[in-house]
Amino acid sequence: MTEIGAVLPELSIDLTPTVVVSTALATMDFTPVHHDTQLARAQGSKDIFLNILTTMGLVERYVTDWAGPESVIKRINVKLGVPAYAGDRLSFNGTVVSHEDGQVTVEVRGKVSLGDHATGTVTLMLPEENARC
Amino acid sequence: MSEAKPMTDEELHELADKQAALGEVRGTPAPDPVNVPMIRHWLAAMGDENPVYLDKGVAPPAMAQVWTMQGLRPTAKDRSPVDDIMAALNAGGYTGVVATNCEQTYHRYARLGERLTPATRFTGLAGPKKTALGVGFFATWNVTWYAEDDEPVAEMLFRVLKFRPPAAKAPAKAPAEALKEPYPLRPAINQDTAFFWEGVQKGELRIQSCADCGLLRHPPGPLCPHCRSAGRSYTVASGEGTLYSYVVHHHPPVPGREPPFVVGVVELPEGVRIVGNVVDCPLDEVRIGMPLRVTYRPMDDELVLPMWTPGES
Repeated sequence: MTEIGAVLPELSIDLTPTVVVSTALATMDFTPVHHDTQLARAQGSKDIFLNILTTMGLVERYVTDWAGPESVIKRINVKLGVPAYAGDRLSFNGTVVSHEDGQVTVEVRGKVSLGDHATGTVTLMLPEENARC
Repeated sequence: MSEAKPMTDEELHELADKQAALGEVRGTPAPDPVNVPMIRHWLAAMGDENPVYLDKGVAPPAMAQVWTMQGLRPTAKDRSPVDDIMAALNAGGYTGVVATNCEQTYHRYARLGERLTPATRFTGLAGPKKTALGVGFFATWNVTWYAEDDEPVAEMLFRVLKFRPPAAKAPAKAPAEALKEPYPLRPAINQDTAFFWEGVQKGELRIQSCADCGLLRHPPGPLCPHCRSAGRSYTVASGEGTLYSYVVHHHPPVPGREPPFVVGVVELPEGVRIVGNVVDCPLDEVRIGMPLRVTYRPMDDELVLPMWTPGES
């Protein structure tokens, strides 16, 4: 499953206002644009939107859902794109792009209706590599 | 000492070099050690069912930043080497902000009971560059989270684009509206007040606090009237208030304003009073003691002012 070019199963998350607000609070981010619709709109946003800590957390979840609980995340590099607004749907896709020196790197793309919300790479160690350490 | 004058590109880069030369600046340790309730809350919100964290007593690595978020705690905010750069960019009209990169490296997973301490290092300012959002500067900094024994647990590179929202874009966004005339009254943004106006840009109503005794004060000033400390910090107000006093302004004419309008003194539950306009309320319904809620009104393509609108009682 970890050869180069292997594709991760897609994960789609409906970004209900509850998801946007509960993740903002779970990440201790009380910036109003993540929970106050009126204020987010007054500042030119379409709606409340996901915060960056959540984007990082969802990327982490996407990759560990696939790699399993024994995998160890070493690095997450994310380039941030369009906002992920409440009411939209965030779909993750991923491909294994390298597997060497005991480490697997997955390229991840999180898309919403406006385009790429997050693109980047996640580097992790998988169980067999852990066992060898 | 006032620095209302925007800096030149060269001066901005000089300031950036100065902040970078400060090296790593330690912040306040996390208020709570790594703990199960916060991990459980995070996992549930993320929909993450990975059992490893609770089984092995470690935190999801992407939570590194969460432990040291300020949240709603009315405590002193750490002054980081990034703050002055952001203030200078805002003063220069680069008021837009959008994060472009977040890169985290985990040396190991944080363990239950560990209390992490962040340390921030400003690493670079690039620009001015033309971007799709407008002309702007890319500011980059690093945060490292240390365990009690000074072992680095995780680090993060964070990059934002601070851009000048292009005036020409406004009609495209709101075709019905003509390009807004620049509002003639500009707030005095200086070292004492920059934090307040930065907050307004973010939708935060900030109150200056004494970094030593914690006393809140408004309007902002250089010295604590209670303990004479020059150490400054701020807290973010809830945005609720009650009308303490007001006048209705009819005359003389005020540039950029249409009389009559209400100038109120609003008492905040945090304990200070703040002056602002009361809007969205017929004049004859304005009453001392009425509950208010802060709102942010764009006055032109750059300036946003906090105002007060009737709130739920």
